[in-house]
Formats: sequence, C-alpha cells, structure tokens
Amino acid sequence: MSAQQHTHTHAAGDALHDTPKFVEIRIKRRDRPDAPQRWEEFRVPYRPNLNIISCLMDIQKNPVTKDGAKTTPVVWDMNCLEQVCGICTMIINGKVRQSCSALVDQLEQPITLEPMTKFPNVRDLAVDRSRMFEHLKQVKAWIEIDGTHDLGPGPKMTQDEVAERYAYSRCMTCGCCLEACPQYDEDQYIGPQAIAQVRYQNMHPSGKMTRDERLEGIMGDDGITNCGNAQNCVRVCPMSIPLTKAIYEENRETVMHGLFGWLKR
Amino acid sequence: MAATSKGTKIAIVGGGLAGLAAAMKIAEAGHEVDLFSVVPVKRSHSVCAQGGINGAVNTKGEGDSTWEHFDDTVYGGDFLANQPPAKAMCEMAPAIIYLFDRMGVPFSRTKEGLLDFRRFGGTKHHRTAFAGASTGQQLLYALDEQVRRYEVGGKVRKYEGWEMLSLVLDDHQVCRGLIAMNRHTLELKAFPADAVIMATGGPGLIFGKSTNSMVCTGSAVSACYQQGARYANGEFIQVHPTSIPGEDKLRLMSESARGEGGRVWVPRQKNDRRAPASIPEKERLYFLEEKYPAYGNLVPRDIATREIFQVCLDGMGIGGENQVYLDLTHIDAATLDRKLGAILEIYEMFVGDDPRHVPMRIFPGVHYSMGGLWVDSNQRTNIPGLLAAGECDYSIHGANRLGANSLVSCVYGGFIAAPAALEYAQNVERNGADGSKIYDDELKLQQGFNDDLLKQSGGENQYVIHDEMGKWMTDNVTVVRYNDRLKATDNKLLELIERYKRISISDSNMWATMALPHARQLWNMLQLARVITLGALNRDESRGAHYKPDFPNRDDERFLKTTIAEYSGEGPVLSYEDVDASLIVPRKRDYSKGKQEQKTTGAVAAEATASGLPPKDGAEQIPVEGWEQKPKDLSAPVVWTQDKEKVVDVNHGEAGSRRERGKSIEDAGGKSDEL
Repeated sequence: MSAQQHTHTHAAGDALHDTPKFVEIRIKRRDRPDAPQRWEEFRVPYRPNLNIISCLMDIQKNPVTKDGAKTTPVVWDMNCLEQVCGICTMIINGKVRQSCSALVDQLEQPITLEPMTKFPNVRDLAVDRSRMFEHLKQVKAWIEIDGTHDLGPGPKMTQDEVAERYAYSRCMTCGCCLEACPQYDEDQYIGPQAIAQVRYQNMHPSGKMTRDERLEGIMGDDGITNCGNAQNCVRVCPMSIPLTKAIYEENRETVMHGLFGWLKR
Repeated sequence: MAATSKGTKIAIVGGGLAGLAAAMKIAEAGHEVDLFSVVPVKRSHSVCAQGGINGAVNTKGEGDSTWEHFDDTVYGGDFLANQPPAKAMCEMAPAIIYLFDRMGVPFSRTKEGLLDFRRFGGTKHHRTAFAGASTGQQLLYALDEQVRRYEVGGKVRKYEGWEMLSLVLDDHQVCRGLIAMNRHTLELKAFPADAVIMATGGPGLIFGKSTNSMVCTGSAVSACYQQGARYANGEFIQVHPTSIPGEDKLRLMSESARGEGGRVWVPRQKNDRRAPASIPEKERLYFLEEKYPAYGNLVPRDIATREIFQVCLDGMGIGGENQVYLDLTHIDAATLDRKLGAILEIYEMFVGDDPRHVPMRIFPGVHYSMGGLWVDSNQRTNIPGLLAAGECDYSIHGANRLGANSLVSCVYGGFIAAPAALEYAQNVERNGADGSKIYDDELKLQQGFNDDLLKQSGGENQYVIHDEMGKWMTDNVTVVRYNDRLKATDNKLLELIERYKRISISDSNMWATMALPHARQLWNMLQLARVITLGALNRDESRGAHYKPDFPNRDDERFLKTTIAEYSGEGPVLSYEDVDASLIVPRKRDYSKGKQEQKTTGAVAAEATASGLPPKDGAEQIPVEGWEQKPKDLSAPVVWTQDKEKVVDVNHGEAGSRRERGKSIEDAGGKSDEL
C-alpha cells in the first residue's frame, strides 16, 4: 500500500489520457477447469474513480463484447471491496493485486485481467486457493490456549512488540506472494505467507511455548529452504508485510532448531 | 453436559465472528460442527470491522463499569432492546476481550503493557480495545485459527463455497438440518443436523450500495423467515455517518477516526470554494460540537447521520454537494499512523487524498441492521432447533447500535448460542421421527426453484432489478422516512417481485456461475425488503435510527415494542411484543448533556430497584411499576436468575464489581486495578 500513487481525483483523468469515453479491458477467460483459455475484449463506459470491480459489474449486467457479440458474464470472486478480505486477487496489467483497489485512472489501457496462475483456475478470473489454508494447518498458525473460559488477560507486551506482530497479523491469505514467487509452483514450497504466520505466532509469549511445532511445519521437503531469495514476495504484498524479514528470522530459527533441537528431547 | 453416544452435530451457517465463536465453543465441548460459508471463512465480512471492541475494563480509571456499558448501550439504542441480554453481553465483554488477548490478537498497548482503550460514540469512557484500525480482521483471524485447530482435530468440517438455500423442517415445524448449494457445481445437498445456528450477518445489499461486503445479502435469513421464523425490528437500519461513496460500494470510514479526535465540519459560508486548510477556524461550522456539547463528534451514529444529512439538505455540504469534512489534520501524523493507519490507507487508496494532511470528505452510508431473526435470551428462534447469533439476530442493539458493540455482540451471541444448541440437541425428543423423506422433499422443492429459474424467460435483468430495489430502499427507507414514500416503495417492491418472475438468467454456462446464486438471493432480498419497509411504515414514531419527520417524537405508549414480522403468501404480517425494560426505566435521549447533568432519577432508581443496590448518584429510590413482570413471550428464566445473582454479588457498587473481576486477573499474573 505504501506504493500507492497520490493522484488527486480531479486530476486523475488527464494523468494518462484525455478523459476517455470508454475503458478498454481484455480478459483471459476459461469456461471450466479443463477448458482452454481465450481472450475476450470489453468496453465499459468511463466514469471517474472507477475500479476494476465496477467494470466487471458493468460487464456482468450486460455481457456483450467490444464487437457487440453476446457472451457469458465474466466470473470473478469479490467480497469486502476494501482490500481486507483478499478474495478478489487477480493479475492486472501483468501485476498480481486486488481488483477492488485497482483504479482505472491509474492503469494503462487496454487493461488486461488474468487469473492467478499458481492456483487451480475455477472459471475465468476465479481461482481456488484452499491449499493456502492447508499451509496454515501445517504450521499450526494458532496459539494453543488452555480453553475459552475466563482466565483473565493475556501476557503484558510493549507497544513495540505489538507493532511488530501487527504487521504480520494483517496477512489476508490473498496469495500475491505465492503468485510472484519463482520457487512456488505445483505447491512444492509452503511459501512466504505461512512462514510469516510462523513468525507472527512464535513472537507471542504464549505462542513461543509451542514454537518448535511450528518450526517443524516449515522444515520438511516443502519447507523454508526452498526460498531462493528472489524477494518478489515482499514487493507484491498488498499489506506491506515484512515477508523477507520473516523468512530470514525463521530460517535462523529452523537452523538452530535443526542443530540443537534434539538436545531438548 | 453428558455427551451422547451418537455424538451431536450442529450446523452453523456463516463463518464470521459469530459463527466461528459458536463453532469453537461446540468443538471445544467435544461435539461436531458442519460450518457453511459462501466464501472461505477467513474472508467473511467481520474483517471489515475497524474501530474496536467494547468492554468496560476501566483501564483508564474513569469509573467505568459493565453497568455503565449496559446503560450506554440501552440508552444509545433508544430503549428498544430487551435489557437482560444487553446486560449479560456487557458483563461478558471484558472476558471476551481478554480471551482474544490470550489468543494472540495484537491489541494496542499502554506504556505499562496493558490493553489500550479508546473512545467511541455514545459513551464518555475509554472502553474500546483495538488492534490498530483493523480490529475485526484480527479478531476474525484469531477465531479462524482456533477453529482451524479443531478442523485438524476432526471436530469441525467446513463447507466453504456452499450457500444455504433453506431449512429442512419436519412435520412439527422443527428444524432438522438444511439444504445448501455448491456454488461451483450448483449441486444441491441436504445436511441433517441436530440444531442449526444462523450466523450470516447483515442484509446491506438490499440497499444496493452499503458498507457491507458482497455476501451480506440477508438471503439465508430471509429463507428462514419465509419458512416461519419470526423477523424482528427489521425497520431499524443503521446508516453510518461516515462512509466514502464509491461506484461499487460505500467504504466505511471508522468511527474510531472521531474516537481519536476527528472533527466533523463544513464551511460556515455556503459554497465556500476555498481549500479546507485556508478556511480559518472561526469560519468553520463544527455542527456536532455546537449542538451536542457533551458528546460532540461522538454522539451516537443515528444522531450524527441525521445531522450530516440535514446539513447537506440545507445546502451547507462542501461545494453544495452531499459531503462534509471529517478532519484529522490537527493530529500528528505519527499518532494517526499508529492508531488509525489501516483506515487512512483505505481512504488514500480509494480517494487519492492523504487524510493526514487533507480533511476527508464523507457522507452517511447504510451500515448495519439492528433488526434480524427474533431470538429469546438464549439465542433460540421461534423454530425449535434453529438459533441465531450476531448481526442476523435482533437482540442487544435496540433502535441504534453503538460503535464497537457489534464485535462484542457477535462473539457473545455465538458463545450463548453454542451451549443452547447443544442443550437443545441433547434433550430433544424425536419420537422416532427420523427418516430421509423430509430431506428428499425439501431437496426436490429447492431443485425445482433452480430448474424453474433456469427455464423462465421474459427479458428482465436480475441486476437491473437489484439496482432498482437498492435505489428505492436507499432513497426512501434510510435516514428520513415518510409514510407516502414508504407505501410507494412497497408498491415498487411488489412490482419488482412480479418482474422477478420474468428474469432470464444471462449465463448459459452453469459451472461456477454467479448468476443463479444471485437470482436466488435476489428473491430473498425482495422479501426482506418488504419486511423492512412495512415495519417502517407501521411504526409511527421516531426512535433511534428510525426517523419520521411527521412523527418526530418517541412514543413509548404505542411503540416501546418489538416489531415482529411473520411471512404469509401475501407479505409480512406484523405484530408487536413488549420490550423487557425491567432494569432501566426508559428516559429521553439527550446527547447535548452528559448523563450526570440529566437528573434521571427514575432511571437510576430503577437500576437500584432491580438490582437491589442502594441508589447511585444520590437518586431517590422510587419503585418502578411492573419491573418484576416479564413480558409474555420472553422465555429467559435461566439467564434472568444468573443475572440477579451477579448483581447481588457486586453489592459494593461499581468498584466492587471490578474487584470481583480483578481476583481472577491477579491469579493469571495480570493486572489488578486496586491501586
């Protein structure tokens, strides 16, 4: 989010073009998981401040291509439209990001929309990211509380400790980091998001108590050693999560655990 | 609670805070959960909650107490809430916050390392715990992980991407499970369950654009209503004072912006075209601060919304348009980043201006439904075996919800519904009425609806109908309501229902289509829209979020009552039920004055009478008529006795109640407030 352009609304139209009448959009489509992909072009009436979701909603209401041919409405996932749920992630002009926060005025036209490539493509722009939730199971990304009954407050913490954890807490499992990672493909590497959640919970005083179990979740064949240090993840993360820092810290932790962990047994 | 040999299975519909809270409790008790959600639960609408979660922990030594929280909640809700559940929620709130603290939510801290609390609307206390300005996201993720832990343990089975279409009711109108549709394959399947908990959130999409997420259609709840569940107080829709209008939705600008000192203003001079920074202080109209000196910018949402709306109606909006300034520029940027970073980023991202240096431009937007499925104080609906929790139930908030009370009410609702569902499931007598016929019949009926929808033609566009509904509802059934317009809106809804029967599904590809699920939702939204509209038409008074200029006053004589809508083929049938105001006598809302100034002897005395406490604040002790009488249909014996005991427990007054809590806190190695 830090890289957002500070374009003022009234100046937005002429930042890239004269005020256009239409928004030109090319969409990579697929009817079913086993069907081939194809491109379709659309034209949406221009209004200031449009985002990609609004364009897709227009196409949904009136599914006609640029050439006037009737087609099926484009399918995509959306929910919060405030860039906190992560569901509407897709590749926009070659860059993986959320379509709700992708503003037409800040994009080169024709705008190309493609589904993420590292996850099973359900239909059109919709993908299935359920494996990311499996990764969270693998690293036990929770605090092992003794129960939900009233046991008073949690451990005291400084605001600095909280602030460091807060940065990791904002991961919305959108998958941008995995899409951009050159090492991630075919799910053979657990990837930055899960490693960052290990960091997040291992920093917590109670989370520390089951630290080793989480470390073991990232020490297998698909574990942290697959990281090739390309650092793409941290560049595409929409929540500016310090993913490479998490990988660095957890790499050190796993090495220590690998070397000396047996002493604890 | 003895576990049965066959094991108990509870179906939960909705994976937001309320649904996950219930799932965690049921799984923790050793029982099974089938959890249904349209989206992966981690992407539920609860993530959009920004500002925080209320609980009277009194960290700041302001004399806050759970009773004060309760009083603020009931007063803010204009006395329409049944009081015992609201009180129970406020009493549970500190424990809920501490539980999330233990689950690792990164709540902001004080210098001493304790939980920090900020101010929110409708209270004079720092009572809102917060994790930056993305509290809902953090709370939801914490519960999501706890439920994932039980998923790994085999207690919770998630059906993500499955949308509930209807309940399965047996011949005795008892809920025995549900029918859900897979949103990829469009397969329909029956899911038997010993009890069903609805936790599906609000119906904001009925208004077209709102601050709600796209799953917040109210569709599943409307299906329950059409199958006989009572829907209560539908007309009470909260319009949030500060949202950012957009093409696709109205993005929320959290109340925490005002909680941290944000000021609402317009230029005193109409059509003043100067940049906001160059308008001197004395030429700015801080209309909330002027009119409500006691609470200022932190008046409850219904009041702030009406004032902003009126200012714009009077042509005083910025540049004559529907917008006013929400100004944070007097606060230093570092503090803003720390406390409000997430919401400032949202504004920056979607509007382009930096709110640290330029005042934000905002306008009210539909935000929350106080109404919902009728439940008793154990979250049970009128259909045996069907419970509800969170925004989709009507309890707690009355005629207007206070900011940061929604997160706590979601968790509270889930925590009450879970044991209530288990208790029901383990004690229900089935009389041998098992069998697959009821499931097959309902499955056929629902499949029939889908088949008919796909077959029908007539050229109507489902999205156009949705847009028209949204526009009519927003124009006529939100901030200001007139009876003639409400009538016209209901006629319009009837027209749309007729036209609905002629929609053609525009997608010929039935794999993972968005069109068929939307069409199913649209029907349910239209039905619920009538409940909201007719409830508003029938309530000739003004109370909380429901405001009629032709009936500007609250009318307790006629309308200190819960609206109950029951479905019939012709539309909603309305009836009214007394409100349980047994703990605090209703008093006039007046936010120009603080509570101390109001001399509300009656209220204070009522509190005293009901609780057995000596009167506070030197108030006279007046017996309150009929306080001991329970309204007829509120079956709340269990909670009622517990409440009474708790109140007697704290016989030493407010400080005493804190000390009671403090005990367990000290044991846990935490803080004590005995200084």
